[in-house]
Amino acid sequence: MSVSAQRISTTVSLNDGRVRVGLQVGRWLTHGSFPYAWLVLILAAVGIPLVSGDYWLNAILIPFLILSLAGLGLNLLTGYAGQTSLGSGGFMAVGAFATYAFLIHFQLSFLLAIFLGGAVAALVGLFFGLPSAKIKGFYLMVTSLAAQFFLEWVFVKFPWFYNYSSSATLSSPPMTVLGWDIASPVSKYYLVLLLVAFLTWIAVNLTRSQAGRNWMAIRDMDTAAAVIGIRVHRSKILAFAISSFYLGIAGALWVFAYLGSAGVQSFGLQRSFQILFIIIIGGLGSISGNFIGAAFISLLPLLLDYIAHTFFAGMVDAGLLQNLQKVIFGSLIVWFLIKEPEGIARFISHLRGRLSVWPLRF
Amino acid sequence: MKHPFFMQSLLAVALSASLGLGAVATAFAAEQYVPLPTYRVGPYASSGTLWWAGTLDYFRYINEVEGGINGVKINYEEFETEWSPDRTVEVYERVKKGKNGSPLAFFFTHSTPASYALIEKAAADKIPLIDPAGGRTESTDGTVFPYAFPLLFNYYSQASTGINFIAQKEGGFDKLKGKKIVTVYHDSAYGRETQAAIKLLAEKYGFENIQIPVADPGNEQSPQWRRVREIKPDWVFLRTWGVSTPVAIKTAARFGIPVDHIIGDVWAGSEADVIPAGAAAKGYQALAPYPGGATFDVHQRLKKHILDAGKSDLKDKKFFGSVYYNIGLVNAALAVEALRTGYQKFGNRPLNGEEGRWAFEHLVIDNARLKAIGFTGLLQPIQITAKDHEGGGAARIQQWDGKQWQLKTDWIQADRDTLRPLIEAKANAYAKEKGITRRDLSKEQ
Repeated sequence: MSVSAQRISTTVSLNDGRVRVGLQVGRWLTHGSFPYAWLVLILAAVGIPLVSGDYWLNAILIPFLILSLAGLGLNLLTGYAGQTSLGSGGFMAVGAFATYAFLIHFQLSFLLAIFLGGAVAALVGLFFGLPSAKIKGFYLMVTSLAAQFFLEWVFVKFPWFYNYSSSATLSSPPMTVLGWDIASPVSKYYLVLLLVAFLTWIAVNLTRSQAGRNWMAIRDMDTAAAVIGIRVHRSKILAFAISSFYLGIAGALWVFAYLGSAGVQSFGLQRSFQILFIIIIGGLGSISGNFIGAAFISLLPLLLDYIAHTFFAGMVDAGLLQNLQKVIFGSLIVWFLIKEPEGIARFISHLRGRLSVWPLRF
Repeated sequence: MKHPFFMQSLLAVALSASLGLGAVATAFAAEQYVPLPTYRVGPYASSGTLWWAGTLDYFRYINEVEGGINGVKINYEEFETEWSPDRTVEVYERVKKGKNGSPLAFFFTHSTPASYALIEKAAADKIPLIDPAGGRTESTDGTVFPYAFPLLFNYYSQASTGINFIAQKEGGFDKLKGKKIVTVYHDSAYGRETQAAIKLLAEKYGFENIQIPVADPGNEQSPQWRRVREIKPDWVFLRTWGVSTPVAIKTAARFGIPVDHIIGDVWAGSEADVIPAGAAAKGYQALAPYPGGATFDVHQRLKKHILDAGKSDLKDKKFFGSVYYNIGLVNAALAVEALRTGYQKFGNRPLNGEEGRWAFEHLVIDNARLKAIGFTGLLQPIQITAKDHEGGGAARIQQWDGKQWQLKTDWIQADRDTLRPLIEAKANAYAKEKGITRRDLSKEQ
């Protein structure tokens, strides 16, 4: 009974609902009162590698998890702390290139290199977070655009970052983690899954900590937050740093666990938009929303492509078929955002709330 | 708690349906599966639609008029990638096991970034990656890269052919000494690939090598061309891509750089590059491993059997014979001839990746063969070996007369002997980094 009462409270109190959805996911993870998150994790760790082949691991699950992690990074900044950013791609690039530098120039082990890469991204994020003291909203977004373009330029301009290769691309050296050889799709999948699960757990706890509560207070009204004694600028900069840390790890995984070789083009403005769409569609200020949003953005086009290939190939002109898929995908985004402007995570929690009190209409 | 069961049953139905389809599909084979990563939507759609029209028209011609390759039909399937390497990787993973009982003999990447991303995976899966006039330059060395083919015209050859043409214009290599040659390049992997080659050639011939980058997308280039004017170069080698090419041509005209002293490379030499530049492009020359024009033999055959029969993929017939259409044709022909070579050795059945590699490594298209398939003048004679995965290395020069491309020269060969040590050094560095031992060709048949 207490569980369903809790659910109803989530659906009824709309004003602080965003906080509650986040809190509730946290409660599932840490208190075990709601075992879905653990169930999903166990399924992902044991079930999926058993039933799926290389295609699923390499081409679908690994990029999906990495994009979810990137979404998580941006969501901490935008969804929790309320600071807009279009520099996600740039911060991912910092993580990727810094990790590569630690691997190649300093010969560090992969796990150490990727965390240091994330730390470098955090420092860079901290630096580009400084203007947030004076600038808000859309104007802040424009300054983060500057970060995006500047970082792209840096990683093309200085050949040290890509080890003087003629094509300015990174390529992953053979990797081991604590003696475990990361070469097969399954081992890469486990590496990504472990890192993503660990970082998600940290993020959940972070949002429930003092820092997380400060962020949400600033997001909801920064003047009020300052009045009650929160050091607003410090909190904002911290959000920038932690968000960039997550994005940096995601960027490094994108190169070393997914593509194997990539240039700065993989982290262009297009990527920043993709991550922004993930959190808007999944749900701002929600942890599970990142995973849902990443699934929507990265898996739905593939599903549409599959349907088109299975049922319509040869019947409809190929170019038209491709454009139709884009139209359907776009319409779905519009439909979802009209139906639930706060993202699919909220949509699902509404649905669950209604089902739990089912014969009685909500 | 009803919805999970509903989802489960839905999944079960979907799963059994797909398994059932798979079982039915394996019943018929004997068609060679050829997946095509395409870009009919996205920023490069205007070239992509013509490119795959050419490829599809040629495959249709082979299937419907010639009855397949030695009787084996091509089962082609398109996959949209929007020229994004991520999507190309996804497509590769989806198709690498083959389809309908046909294994995958090779995989067209048609994108240098995608070739880079896939190079290790494909080597592990033993599937040849085919990227004509692109790809990773050092993968020309097939003893380190057995499964990568930067077919026809790699980036070093592009640089060298450009320099050779300039020497021809100047009246000999000795005349290059002291000349200033500026390269204006798109600041990307593609744009930078030729730098090492031009540096080497500059040392050899004594010309001054000046490199000027244009940042992507390159729709404002005044600073670059102001610098070019200050340098007063003898020749400009233009290695741009997409919108940066017409902008470069127009800006160059504004700064008074004579257009007939600008030489575009392969990916800056199509109709899409010169028509937007208008009158400024008249007299512009470009390297053409894939010359434009609809007067070649194969075009007569396609016109008769495909275009006039209403089977063409081309929406607007005025693009018949455009550069991108011909790129599609030539690439399709390379695939078809390689498969034919493989069928002669392994029998007329779908080939797998290892057999596909053998086929490409024994591909020979001489002048007689070119005449037979109607590609004389459109495709250069080509011979690929296990050591040399490029096989061609020549281009013609075409000049834009304001309405269409005019071919000005016969095939100009790149100085491949000079460049080979550079390629081998890079391949060695790669082998060392990845712990690869070179193939010992004497132990292979």
